[in-house]
Amino acid sequence: MSKKVSVWTDNRFWQRSATWVTGFSAVLLIWLTFDTMGQISMGTQKDINAHITKRVPSSTVINYKVEYKMNQRRGHEVPVIGGDDGKGNSLFKIKEEFFGRDDYTQKEADALLHLGKLTSQAKNCMDCHTLLGNGAYYAPDLTKAWLDPMWQKDGPMQAMTGKKTKEEAMAEFLQHPGKYPTHARMMPNLGITPKEPKDWLHF
Amino acid sequence: MQRQSSFKYEGQKLASWYFTVAVILFGVQLVLGLVSAIQFIYPSFLYDILDFSIARMIHINALVVWMVYAMIGAVYYLLPDETGIEVVGIGIAKLLFWILTLAVTVVVLVYIFIQIGPGKESTIWLITEGREYIEAPRWADIGIVVVVLGFLVNTFLTTMKGRRTGIMTVILSDMIALAGLYLAGMFFTDNISMDQYWWWWVIHLWVEATWEVMVGALAAYGLIKVVGANREIVEMWLWIEVAMLFGSGILGLGHHYFWIGTPEYWWEIGALFSSLEPLPLVGMFIHVLYDWGKEKGIKTGTGEDTSSNNTPALMWLVSNGFGNFLGAGIWGFFHTLPQVNIYTHGTQFTAAHGHLAFFGAYATILIAMFYIAVQGKYGIKKTKSHICFQNGDIPHNFRGFRNDCGTYYCRI
Repeated sequence: MSKKVSVWTDNRFWQRSATWVTGFSAVLLIWLTFDTMGQISMGTQKDINAHITKRVPSSTVINYKVEYKMNQRRGHEVPVIGGDDGKGNSLFKIKEEFFGRDDYTQKEADALLHLGKLTSQAKNCMDCHTLLGNGAYYAPDLTKAWLDPMWQKDGPMQAMTGKKTKEEAMAEFLQHPGKYPTHARMMPNLGITPKEPKDWLHF
Repeated sequence: MQRQSSFKYEGQKLASWYFTVAVILFGVQLVLGLVSAIQFIYPSFLYDILDFSIARMIHINALVVWMVYAMIGAVYYLLPDETGIEVVGIGIAKLLFWILTLAVTVVVLVYIFIQIGPGKESTIWLITEGREYIEAPRWADIGIVVVVLGFLVNTFLTTMKGRRTGIMTVILSDMIALAGLYLAGMFFTDNISMDQYWWWWVIHLWVEATWEVMVGALAAYGLIKVVGANREIVEMWLWIEVAMLFGSGILGLGHHYFWIGTPEYWWEIGALFSSLEPLPLVGMFIHVLYDWGKEKGIKTGTGEDTSSNNTPALMWLVSNGFGNFLGAGIWGFFHTLPQVNIYTHGTQFTAAHGHLAFFGAYATILIAMFYIAVQGKYGIKKTKSHICFQNGDIPHNFRGFRNDCGTYYCRI
């Protein structure tokens, strides 16, 4: 085109704008990703010993009591490990047994977690359940299943499965869900229990 | 009675194969969606045979795969048209089609008959990855990457050799980004926050960035094809759309990072950028109506026939503009702010948004492409939105009339 056109109707201008906008957004996203990666990397037992709260704590939290409390600094509820100081910060003090033990080593806990996460994917859990808001909305949300009153001491699930702790009740249920009808049943699968501690500990 | 196909290029014939598989998978998606819906009401339906988890998984996987097929088909269809030359490696392209189709068939059969595996690495490799939308086992992941790479190389070489239009530039760069993002979904981690962080790179940056740009490019091509829109205007719109879609969509990714253990700054970033996401969708809707009205107006002025040359395709293009804006834009905006999302997160509201958005934004535009391909295959000058029969049995409420291609019988 020979005649002068306004910049607003010039294709080259818009092409360049599109390239710059995309490039800028992408660079910002990559930079933020690096920051986030650092913040959500998984902690270790050393962090727990040093009382450092990680967003994603060590798998050894299965040795501790886990609750869900309002955190003043972060402005929302967060998992609290081993008791809290009243402001929603973990104290890493109160222990709780998991299958009769509260002294799982880092290695043991990691192995359990690995098996649990693999199983959750191999069984397609998320195509019925929800984890951290993702998944299907057909069956109960598993994010905070660990704290679900249904499974606690006075809840119906322990009585129904005839078990004394929530992890044993969960394991029993997961292996024979058909025997303990609650609502729309889950399919029987190899309910490898160690999966549980992982699910609620995030967030 | 099969008429001789009137495709000018082999690439377009290949496109019609892709479209055929896409339509079959679309059918699979509908059936399995129906099964899942029935299971919501009667939970015992097919219990332990084809559980909700499996039905739902095939439902959403069929969705993704038919759309990917239709998109690849759409690119192969417009590629020779835009560049003015045959697809460069058409032989290899056809071979890759058969490999991909075979792999998809195997994956679906494994989904249906094996369903799940033990909690071992082998399950992830051979049966399912168990991650929503991208459950495909890892061997298939790698296969998909190889096939898509072949497709990209083909598209790239053809574009470089032939005429280089704005539409092709956008599609090419978009396809490279789209394929690259798939890699972010191919690894295993014990850390679920990490898992979901990267999972969203694939899902979000597909459906809220690269796929949307693809829609913009297909709509641009469709408008030129169907109503004879002015290329310069259409391509200018396209660049503006790309700027707006990527400008809002890339950082809009933050709205998935509200509650998965990621830092709190994602609340602000996600809220800000994702609230801008509906804007380009409004723009796209206006753009379709604008071009349609403008071309019609010009034809009225010169006394020509004002109907478009492919009414069904045009109607689907318009419903795409509206559906994208409604399903993705409005429904997405409803729950994109953290203050609202804290109540809607992980509820059926997300499912409603997902359904409306996928249909409104993607199904509609791809169906429009199907109609353009049907028109191309039979060399029809003007495709009407009537149900037509040629000879054969004519129902009593149908009447014959003549048009360019002979006598047709249409519903009165």
